[in-house]
Amino acid sequence: MDAIERDVRRFITENFILNGEVIDGAGSLTRNGVLDSMGVLELIMFIEERFGVKVPDEDTVPENLDSVDLIVRYVRVRLGEARV
Amino acid sequence: MSEVARVGFEVLRLADPTEVVESIVTEMRRVVKGFRRRGGVLGLSGGIDSTVVAALAARAFGPEHVLGVLMPEAESSPDTLRLSRLAAEATGIHTVLEDITPTLEALGCYRRRDEAFRKVLPDYAAGWKAKLVLPSVVDSDAFRLFSVVALDPEGREHRARLTADAYREVVAATNFKQRTRKMLEYHHADRLNYAVLGTPNRLEYDQGFFVKNGDGSADVKPIAHLYKSQVYQVAEVLGVPDEIRTRPPTTDTYAMPQSQEEFYFSVPYDHMDLCLHAVDRPLPPEAIAEALDLAPVQVERVFADIAAKRRMARYLHAPPVALEAMETIALAESE
Repeated sequence: MDAIERDVRRFITENFILNGEVIDGAGSLTRNGVLDSMGVLELIMFIEERFGVKVPDEDTVPENLDSVDLIVRYVRVRLGEARV
Repeated sequence: MSEVARVGFEVLRLADPTEVVESIVTEMRRVVKGFRRRGGVLGLSGGIDSTVVAALAARAFGPEHVLGVLMPEAESSPDTLRLSRLAAEATGIHTVLEDITPTLEALGCYRRRDEAFRKVLPDYAAGWKAKLVLPSVVDSDAFRLFSVVALDPEGREHRARLTADAYREVVAATNFKQRTRKMLEYHHADRLNYAVLGTPNRLEYDQGFFVKNGDGSADVKPIAHLYKSQVYQVAEVLGVPDEIRTRPPTTDTYAMPQSQEEFYFSVPYDHMDLCLHAVDRPLPPEAIAEALDLAPVQVERVFADIAAKRRMARYLHAPPVALEAMETIALAESE
């Protein structure tokens, strides 16, 4: 697990998980009830503040933000560390 | 694969609206009598829901035992007061006017909200008008994130996505409006020994389209089980004036005109009714897609939005939680 994934997991666990369960990296965060629309706004704020990248409106789609794996991939792409 | 039976808006048609009215009136009397209260108080907005509840209450308790509280504020639509008076005249109930603007100013409602708007629109200032909007749910799978749309005094439109903090602060500030109104309704209810009548319809009640301890608070909610389109059917039987029955539903919460679809629901109310009905039956998206003139995948998105709002509404519906059951109180409640 690299630093980006560790930070994303910690943010979600600390803010949205009550019972200490481990998040499945590929599981949908919205369909599993972890994130609601408010949670997505908070996630965007976290990404922008923690990693210093702007999340434009057109990027706020499930393909970028609906699982830990997708968020990590999105942040890496935005940081220029990976390509889609 | 077998063909899915198609369903249309006819499933929401009440078999006998008059019988529905009689049944609600009987239940309202029973509940309010159980509370040892002698009538009902409600906030009148000039909309279909509050007018229907006023008319039902007039039948249940007699119009002389129903008080409609008119509670406009600085940003209310100009129609609100006029239509509220029309509703009171049509139902014969008493009214009292309570301008809540000074209370909201004292609480910092407008100031706190405008400070929150400025976090995403730094130029927002006095003389601007704004509202919150959501993108369409049927057009794409994108997350539905609130934006603020504002008009400056020159009529130029400005738009910005809200941050989580700004959104919460805007909502917390504007919720003063619904909570101030409810406080006044309870004031009059206490003064007159009346019960407070809530006005949510089934869509609003189910989907959490209300403010906790604001318009979500009441002693009895007479139309909470009726789909919005059924409220219109009942309104016809009750003789609700045409102008109120044909007025498009509005939130009347922000200075710019705002439809309920922009702010909360994903499709027009009659479409939402059918989707909610389908989710509850349950029926597959294919069963109602044709009636809604949508593709099944779009209906699927509305279903997902309904499920998400229900999860969010759990907190809104939850009563205060006592951590241990107290048998003596449970006994008193069952008497």
